[in-house]
Amino acid sequence: MKKKLTAIITLLVVAAMAIALTACGGSKPAPAPTPAGSGSGSAPAPAAGGKLVMATNAEFPPYEFKEGDDFAGIDVEIAGAIANKLGLELEIKDVEFGSIIGGVQSGKFDMGMAGMTVTEERLQSVSFSTSYATGIQSIIVKEGSDIASPDDLAGHKIGVQADTTGDIYCCDDFGDENVTAFKTGADAVQALISGKVDCVVIDNEPAKSFVAANKDAGLKILDTAYAEEQYAIAINKDNTVLLDQINAALEELTADGTIPGIIAKYIG
Amino acid sequence: MNWFDKFCNDFTLNFIEGDRWKWILEGLGNTIIITIFALIIGVLLGIIIAAVRSTYDKNGADMKKRGGPAYVFLKIGNTLCNLYLTVVRGTPSVVQLLIMYFIILVNVTNGVFVAIIAFGLNSAAYVAEIFRGGIMSIDEGQFEAGRSLGFNYLQTMFHIILPQAIKVILPSLFNEFITLIKETAVAGYVGVMDLTKAGDKIRGRTFSAFMPLIAVALIYLGIVVLLTQLLKQLEKRLRKSER
Repeated sequence: MKKKLTAIITLLVVAAMAIALTACGGSKPAPAPTPAGSGSGSAPAPAAGGKLVMATNAEFPPYEFKEGDDFAGIDVEIAGAIANKLGLELEIKDVEFGSIIGGVQSGKFDMGMAGMTVTEERLQSVSFSTSYATGIQSIIVKEGSDIASPDDLAGHKIGVQADTTGDIYCCDDFGDENVTAFKTGADAVQALISGKVDCVVIDNEPAKSFVAANKDAGLKILDTAYAEEQYAIAINKDNTVLLDQINAALEELTADGTIPGIIAKYIG
Repeated sequence: MNWFDKFCNDFTLNFIEGDRWKWILEGLGNTIIITIFALIIGVLLGIIIAAVRSTYDKNGADMKKRGGPAYVFLKIGNTLCNLYLTVVRGTPSVVQLLIMYFIILVNVTNGVFVAIIAFGLNSAAYVAEIFRGGIMSIDEGQFEAGRSLGFNYLQTMFHIILPQAIKVILPSLFNEFITLIKETAVAGYVGVMDLTKAGDKIRGRTFSAFMPLIAVALIYLGIVVLLTQLLKQLEKRLRKSER
């Protein structure tokens, strides 16, 4: 009887701790939040000469990937150009895609840049810069597949990269039970090759890289895209100073041809 | 009460909206299924490996003197078991899981099944060592006593050694069970929706870290606390025979 009591008490204590923690977690941002609109930007913008910490998931060619020990890709180069404009040193953190927004929200990273699409749900958690590139959600299938257009997806097993827009859209459109989410796009494509899923829905550019990298596997990208979307940079909601700086930098970099140049370099 | 409102909002966003609690439930179900079936595989295979290894440890020297095919057979079995233990214990379970999913069981589409096999084979190595350790912990004198009473090797094993060894084995086996539950958290790597992945999925949709992670942690903790209590009861009952 005493043992049971101890067990119950343990559980209660733990629950209480969790609630207490929430209390702290809940009250901490209380002094900071500036109600939407006022935008005084109380969170400190990174000082000149400081660091601009960018979170990404370097498994997403050609937007971000690893080249030896270094990062490369469209997002990485644009981020470098932005950091240059702002007089900051760019520091890249490679994290899981699903952890980027949480990290930006909690202030762990200054910005998140990972071929990220603006969605209503994400806008509740972070601010987004203006769009710097357009993304297309493509469908990869094996040669001879009976999937010929996005209309044929229903009833098939769809592979996606976890927490990407492809994952979210497919779960909404075709139901959770038909969507298998993998940690990386490469894993999803590997599962397609071995027949564990019937198709992979993923951004067009990485899709091209994956198909090119697996020439022998007989993969192809369907001509009709699944969805079109705008990529943007995620920034902490409170950090309106940085948001304005980045938007200004994006505008200048687009105007002087830097960004179109970077995109053309990777997507020919 | 500001934080309380925020708590309620967060809770609603993370679990109520879009019926996201169902993911947690589904994930919990998969975690439990994977753990239980993996443990069954682990125990069955583990007993076989432990039997080969402890027979070799106890009888190998004797049998070598007598020679014959039985010894050769045992020796090969022991070497194979050793190799298995080395490989399984020497590599991370995530890597084993990925190898199982992408290389060995490449044609199996059911991720839960692959996870059961991978974790079962992984667990077998640890369970085998738990069983062998239990058997070897019984004093050699007990064995000699059995033999001098006229029991053969198997009879001594079943009537004298195993009943004592089980007391050493059960708590460690239970521990392995608890470890296994937490180890299945990597099942998400092969597209299986386990408890951790369910939390991740919610995080991926709502971008709030706190609620899903704490909820998932509390569920794991709840299961483990419950099992630990069971283990304590079990140990208490096992100790009764010592009087």
